[in-house]
Amino acid sequence: MNAVIKGASYILAHVPGMVIHNGSTQITERIVNPESEYLKQLPEHLRSYTQAVEYWPNQVYIGNKTPGELAEVEFPYYDKPLAGADRYGKFGEIMPEEEFLLLMQCADVFDVLLLEKGFVAAHKDALAADPIITEDIVARIKEGADQADIERFVNEEHAEGLYAGGKLVGCVKRAHDIDVNLNAEVMHENLVNKASNTLALLYAVRNAGIEKDDVEYVIDCSEEACGDMNQRGGGNFAKAAAEIAGLSHATGSDTRGFCAGPSHAVVEAAALVKAGAYKTVAVTGGGCTAKLGMNGKDHVKKGLPALEDCLGGFCVILSANDGVSPEVNLDILGRHTVGTGSAPQNVIGSLVADPLERNGLKITDIDKYSPEMQNPDITKPAGAGDVPQANYKMIAALAVKRGELEKKDLATFASKHGLVGFAPTQGHIPSGVPYIGFAREDIMAGRIKNAMIIGKGSLFLGRMTNLFDGVSFVIQANTAGDSEEGGVSESKVRSMIADAMKEFAAVLMAKE
Amino acid sequence: MAILKDKKVVIIGDRDGIPGPAIAACVESAGGEVVFSSTECFV
Repeated sequence: MNAVIKGASYILAHVPGMVIHNGSTQITERIVNPESEYLKQLPEHLRSYTQAVEYWPNQVYIGNKTPGELAEVEFPYYDKPLAGADRYGKFGEIMPEEEFLLLMQCADVFDVLLLEKGFVAAHKDALAADPIITEDIVARIKEGADQADIERFVNEEHAEGLYAGGKLVGCVKRAHDIDVNLNAEVMHENLVNKASNTLALLYAVRNAGIEKDDVEYVIDCSEEACGDMNQRGGGNFAKAAAEIAGLSHATGSDTRGFCAGPSHAVVEAAALVKAGAYKTVAVTGGGCTAKLGMNGKDHVKKGLPALEDCLGGFCVILSANDGVSPEVNLDILGRHTVGTGSAPQNVIGSLVADPLERNGLKITDIDKYSPEMQNPDITKPAGAGDVPQANYKMIAALAVKRGELEKKDLATFASKHGLVGFAPTQGHIPSGVPYIGFAREDIMAGRIKNAMIIGKGSLFLGRMTNLFDGVSFVIQANTAGDSEEGGVSESKVRSMIADAMKEFAAVLMAKE
Repeated sequence: MAILKDKKVVIIGDRDGIPGPAIAACVESAGGEVVFSSTECFV
């Protein structure tokens, strides 16, 4: 039987300090143009924590509002605050930078992350008050270091500074004197990923209504690489985060595929569960510091807030079919193969039309499509357009070309079968998966019968191939009650027994 | 299409729009010469 989506989590961490110090756009600018107007102006464009919480797309991401409700909000979103919005949502939360730095300290098991003593004392209680943060995580909080030591590590030992409220409050030390794979910048990036991954795992377990010990396997699908000079990218973020989250019965591994990683990982997890290798698998992805403020130059130039100020994380729990939850139909898998080519019709054909056609379905048979779900508030001012809408136009155009959609319905396809983008531009985070939590709810409530999740990956960025990548899968209402796949329904069993008894009676009658 | 005949063309494609190789195929069929083609990810 198909694996089911048992639950999902979506978390954000508002980290304005990291926008300035760890975003790749800002790092590059400091190297090539250290006196630039952009670097001078950026701090004035950073949002407060309250502003980030009251930002509509963030509230949708953590589940307090729906994509449908966001579609009713007049664009742009940045100047329409949702007054009184809550830090906590049904899918996760928006964690402030101070608490996230403490969570990073908890995630650090090699003592490379130092926080100033007074800072730890001032914010420890706040992290402990977070309902999802368990006592064993709070117990990992260390007392902290002296400010003088932190400054010495930053100024003399190549450590990466940690900032809150514009002040140096800690640092991440390099974990090796020579190995660039363990330098302070990489260690910082990886600890951020691990901490946000941990938070996503904790919420996913809660949201799925399972026990931590139920999780048998974790697949991390982020875009970072942890390893040393002899095995750069050796891994294993999955198991490292599972340890901090307290998933004692889980092992795990990492799957990579640029932004398509999450979709690959969900397919792998669904297959592992369906095959019976593991009963419950968590697919998890953590946040990416490099992409903070990625489009900041355009935002600042246009007088907008620096909207890429949040790390994102997500986790999806897949488990053996419970007869209720929506399932991943592994018969309908879209795949961009080596030979597919890059023409738009080939790409969308391979990911959308081909897998549906193989199963006797049309493009219009899918109620909702979730391709790249980037928030257009971020991408449009930067000239990248509305990415979800661009994807819907191509899917609709292909449907018209195939005679599955009337040309007059082109304009309404996106509103009927699509969603507005609401996810932060954190690479793999917006790629298809942000809708899985809502899809589960929409299917169980009968609002839709199915949804296609589409992940895309820019493999060419790694300079190993010019190929693009993509993978898609379909989530559908549970069919355990009416499917004979891998078993039979209760009504079918009754019918079979009745038939057998009739035959038996007939044999007896004949003998008489 | 004559506007591209015998012209040298630099292509920057978009992963979520029209990728470089697809634009290159159009340019070449219109008689242009592709001197640079790249597909970029803008997100």
